[in-house]
This record gives sequence, C-alpha cells and structure tokens, in this order.
Amino acid sequence: MSNAHNAGFTGYLQRDLLLAYRRHGEAASPLIFFLLVATLVPLGVSPEAGRLEPLAPGIIWVMALLATLLSTEGLFASDYQDGSLEQMIIAPQLLAMPVLGKVTAHWLVTGLPLTLVSPIIGIMLSLPSDGFIPMMASLALGTGCLSLVGAVGAALTVSLRKGGLLLSLLVVPLYMPVIIFGSATVQAGIDGLNWFAPLAILGAMLATAVALCPLAIAGALRLVSSN
Amino acid sequence: MGSGRDWTWFHRLGSPRWFYETTGRWLPLLWAVTLALLVVGLVWGLLYAPQDAKQGNSFRIIYLHVPVSFLALAGYYIMAIAGAVGLIWKMKLSYMVMKSAAPLGAALTFLALFTGAVWGKPTWGTYWVWDARITSMLILLFLYLGVLALQYAFHSQDTGNKASAMLALVGTVNIPIIYKSVDWWYTLHQPATIKLTSAPSMHPDMFKPLLVMILAMYCFYALVLILNTRVEILQRERKTGWVRDLARQADTGPDNQ
Repeated sequence: MSNAHNAGFTGYLQRDLLLAYRRHGEAASPLIFFLLVATLVPLGVSPEAGRLEPLAPGIIWVMALLATLLSTEGLFASDYQDGSLEQMIIAPQLLAMPVLGKVTAHWLVTGLPLTLVSPIIGIMLSLPSDGFIPMMASLALGTGCLSLVGAVGAALTVSLRKGGLLLSLLVVPLYMPVIIFGSATVQAGIDGLNWFAPLAILGAMLATAVALCPLAIAGALRLVSSN
Repeated sequence: MGSGRDWTWFHRLGSPRWFYETTGRWLPLLWAVTLALLVVGLVWGLLYAPQDAKQGNSFRIIYLHVPVSFLALAGYYIMAIAGAVGLIWKMKLSYMVMKSAAPLGAALTFLALFTGAVWGKPTWGTYWVWDARITSMLILLFLYLGVLALQYAFHSQDTGNKASAMLALVGTVNIPIIYKSVDWWYTLHQPATIKLTSAPSMHPDMFKPLLVMILAMYCFYALVLILNTRVEILQRERKTGWVRDLARQADTGPDNQ
C-alpha cells in the first residue's frame, strides 16, 4: 500500500516537472517578474547603495512572496479544466500524496529557481555580503512554506474564473509569519547575529506545513470539484 | 438508556426551524439583558469611573475598545467552530451561524482598530503604530475579509459554505502562529519611544465597569449573531412550509387584531 502512495507522489512529481519543462516560458515568468520588480525598487526609492541596503532583506522577501503567489494560481487550474484533477481524486490512493507531489514540483519549478537567482537581486539591491547565505537558506525553506500554503488557496479557488485576486486575499494573511522570519534571518545574518534561530523556526513552519497542508489541499480539492 | 438517545438534543440543534422557534422565545430576555448591561456599563464607565492620572478622560474609550477587541478575536473562533461543525456533521444550521458570524466579526475587528486609532492620537500622538497587537488585529481583519470574500465567490451556496469553513479552519491553525510571530517581530524591532499603556494594575473602580462592558459585549454579540442567523434561516428556508406559514401569519396578523 505504501508503494502505491509513493507512486502517487513520484508520478505526479515527474508529470508536473515534465509539463513545466515543456512549457518553460510559463515556468520562467515568476523569475522574470522577480528580476523586473527588483529593478523598480531603485527607480522608486533611490539608486544610492546606502538607502537600498537597509531595505534589501525585506524587499527581496516581499518580491519572492509575490512571485510565488503569482505562480500558485495556476497550480491546479489546467488539471481542473482538462479533467485530470477528477482522475486524481477518484484514484484509490490517499489524495494527499499526489497533491504533495504536485506542490513539490511547484517548489522545484519556482521556489528553488528564485532561491538560486536571489544573489543577483542581492547584488542589485546592494545587500551586504554577510546576508547572502542566510538569504538563500531562508528563501529555500520559506518558499516551500509559501508553495504549500498557497496551494491551499489555489485549491479553494480552482473552480472560480477570476480566482487570482481572491487567492491573494486568502493567502497573503497566512504568509505573514513566513515573511517575518524570512527577512529576520537575512537581517540577523547582516547584523552578525545567530541567524540559525529564525531559520530553524522557518524549518519548523515548513515541517508543520508539509504535514498539514496536503490534507487541507486534498479536502479543498474534493469539496470544490464535487460541486 | 441507549446511547442513541443522548444525541437527540444534538441533532435537534441542526434543525433551523427548532433554532428559529427556540431563539424566538429567548430574544426578549436577551434584548433586555443586553440593553441593561450596555446602559449600566456605559454610564458607569463614561460618567462615574474616576479619571486616569495620566490620560485624563481619553482613557474612557477603553470601555469600548477592550470589549470589542475581545469579541473580535473570540468571534473568529466561534465562526471557525461553527464551520467545523458544519463540515464534520453536515449541519445546515451551523453554516448559517458561520455565515452570520463572518461580517459581525469583521465589523468588530474594524471597530477595534478604529477605536484603537482614536485612542492612539491623544495617547501616543499618532493614529497608527505598528505595534504587535495592532498588527495582529489588522491581520485578523484580513483573515475575516478572506472568509467573507470566499463565501460569496461561488454560485453554489453549498460550495461557498464549505470552502469558507475550510479557510476559517486553516486560519484557526494559523492564528497562534501569526500572533507569536508578530509578537516576536515586534520585540525585535521595538521602537523605544512608544509603549502601550499596560493596565494590569487597574484600579477596581475603573475595572468593574470594564467587566460589565465585557459582559455586555458578549451578550450583544450573541444577540446580533442570533438575529443575523434568524434572517439567514428565513432567507434560505423561504420555500419550506413553516417559513411560508410564518410569512402568511405576519401578513394577516395585523388585520385580524
């Protein structure tokens, strides 16, 4: 039985990764958005390094959050439209496993690239050099949380035609702890403090989210697709 | 005694008609108690409680601010528990309670923020401060608005009910995390100049009217929640026989007298 669950997880992980690979334009857009908005900050605030530096940790985190949020909307949309979501739901395996596979694929396609690209934005916003490792570590764990929590909202709004704005209304309040500890990790690294402490809390949030969110997502998908 | 019999009261709770008729009998008493407590609490707090040594009369807004904030937070749990009961036992009535609790809670949260801002101006010299409690309240308002928006987003009432109940539950799991995070965030960035006037050692003469006001606000909440739910029941059950009978009675009632 556990093999069947694993198959549900790996099957959907591979499928979604393959789909993302075939549609790489779509997968790249959160990254481009991330870079694009980073360009707006110096234009809107000031090009001076001295003024960008204190803002950098917070701004990088806010932008990563928005980029993840934008990509979350489509997480279940195409599956819902072409009916493969129904297939996933009526399959005999625990629904939470394929859901976790899909969310993991989503993180691999958005959260991980965002983490890898973030040093460029760190340089653009003159983030102090002590902040780079904490930034990447916190983004890696934090975007996982964002993907999982965002998927709950995406599942609840999947049947709505204009779910995007509603999705952000539902999900952003739930994102707030992540952004608090995410940017605190970066700030602690810059200040020379122990940044493992806030990072550990991000890790705890991720562990909780991995355990609970797939159940909520599965429940939400069942409920929305049954009507 | 079969264990089945012990549950009949619980299933009867699920009947909108039973709820409507029972609360109809309670309402006059609840109105009286609420009004009495509100009048006593407000007059006592606003006119007879002693002035604050530092804040003068402006502290009196506490008699509105604190009770409203209590209910704003408690209201979220009431809404989420009603939603959970609906999801677990598939009770129509509890969804109606949940739907009625959402706008009420959002309004109370807004009122808590508003009275806080009004109080903040004379006390701190500014309407808005990013204090831990204020920020948490603002996030709570957003959580309420999300539940409200989701409730009305679906064509099918049933889906809207279930989806918003689920969101309320997810929010419930998150609220302690959000509160702790915001608390921690605030201690990290604590601005030294502003400090909430803590009132653990409030004088009994000031505290007693506050207690009355908190009680009054609980009664007020219960009253408005019941009234909202009754309207919701009538609206959703408008095609059933008993609601039609009620409407017919209301139509012909004045003529017969």
